[in-house]
Amino acid sequence: MDFMQQLVQQLINGISLGSIYALIALGYTMIYGIIKLINFAHGDIYMVGAYIGYFSITMAHLSIVPSLIISMVVTGLLGMLIERLAYKPLRHAPRISVLITAIGVSFFLEYTSMYFVSPTPRTFPAVFDNIAYHFGPFIINGQQMLIFGITFILMVALTYIVQRTKIGKAMRAVSFDTETAQLMGIDANRIISITFGIGSALAAAGGVLVGVYYNSIDPLMGIMPGLKAFVAAVLGGIGILPGAMVGGLILGVIEALVSGFVSSTFRDAAAFAILILVLLFKPSGIFGKNTREKV
Amino acid sequence: MGTMLKIDNINVYYGAIHAIKGISLEVGEGEIVTLIGANGAGKSTTLRTISGLLKPKSGTITFEGKEIAGLAAQDIVKAGISQVPEGRRIFANMTVMENLDLGAFIRKDKEGVQKDLKNVFERFPRLEERKNQEAGTLSGGEQQMLAMGRALMSRPRLLLLDEPSMGLAPLLIREIFSIIADINKTGTTVLLVEQNANMALSIASRAYVLETGRITLSGDAEKLAASEDVRKAYLGG
Repeated sequence: MDFMQQLVQQLINGISLGSIYALIALGYTMIYGIIKLINFAHGDIYMVGAYIGYFSITMAHLSIVPSLIISMVVTGLLGMLIERLAYKPLRHAPRISVLITAIGVSFFLEYTSMYFVSPTPRTFPAVFDNIAYHFGPFIINGQQMLIFGITFILMVALTYIVQRTKIGKAMRAVSFDTETAQLMGIDANRIISITFGIGSALAAAGGVLVGVYYNSIDPLMGIMPGLKAFVAAVLGGIGILPGAMVGGLILGVIEALVSGFVSSTFRDAAAFAILILVLLFKPSGIFGKNTREKV
Repeated sequence: MGTMLKIDNINVYYGAIHAIKGISLEVGEGEIVTLIGANGAGKSTTLRTISGLLKPKSGTITFEGKEIAGLAAQDIVKAGISQVPEGRRIFANMTVMENLDLGAFIRKDKEGVQKDLKNVFERFPRLEERKNQEAGTLSGGEQQMLAMGRALMSRPRLLLLDEPSMGLAPLLIREIFSIIADINKTGTTVLLVEQNANMALSIASRAYVLETGRITLSGDAEKLAASEDVRKAYLGG
């Protein structure tokens, strides 16, 4: 029973962490899907989101939900601006140029943030009193409930947008075949911009939630989760939305289990071992399939 | 019968390659005009330039009196030109219905779209039977029909068709061409690019022959079909 209790507790922790990975991974995968760019600045976007949430709570004295919304909107606009200034001029450039630019944008965000907010970690204010929900022997705290709730709402909203709305159909069309999408009268540049906006807003939500969960934010906080979310996106099948959701959750759960039952020192090693295994045995990821073509 | 599309002396480059060397052509309202020629002559490039996927370096393209060369592709669709691209290029991971919806992307008149959808299903009953199926699972002929139906959903006044016969069995080619002729009869002007010159000349009123980026012959489709030069070069004797 003791083992079972610990297992379930680690699963709860893993799903919390995994939800945050999933939120970041969604942006990675959407942006990859639409312009085939691994946006290495995505983890830093998540960091910016965390800071905007932090300042909304501490300086504007807003509560968590309005802060989350403000952070998502502002960070979304920042993502669109970055795309417009840094990536759009390179639309027809070799992919390696865009990739290097993304790394440049990543450093730019990290060190510009350091200049403005100082490199010292900040304590994210407690948005809840320490509430803990007891389900039999298991404990879910308020932060975890918030993470589950927000992540669930955002995933449902995203799925609805992508599957049911006109913009979503246009996003899928541009991602499948940009040129033919243009022949349908779709403004591909606008759709790419919107995709960056949505992806960045989701990362911002992840940033605010991680601030709430771990209570500490700093300008380099995006590096590791950014890489992990990339692993999650590859694990699920890069470019595939349900893949990013499932990949994030699996990664979070594996990390929690490794921390809980082996040693937290091996946590990161486990994540990257997964990346290597996926690349070796199923490079297209869990949801990836080989595309067929008919003549 | 007025001129609908007028291309005047356009030059198009792919990087350093001079693909279109001063082409001029006209399509009159209500016509079927065909552009024939060998592989690599510049037929697709011409259509891609009209649709705004490529920008001409010089020359003008006028549609219904408005200059459209250099407009973004989506604005050319809005102007009333729709293309069925070479190789069909359907959205294989989406359903037939979603493909048709995307064809109507620029439209705001819901009732008109419903009416056009009904027309497309009447013209291509097999698309209605398979409307919830993933488009990638359709046969080659059905995919061609979907690409055509999708292009019609924007209610174009000028329809550009790029190699609709490609990879299809002869019986199916006949069916597709009779549908093209019928689409034209119901009021859509057609500019048709084909390697299958025989079929193209049989439904077109006028034709242009393209060779390595230049127009070498043009005129009445029937006369071109009968001409010795064209027979030798494109009709297999």
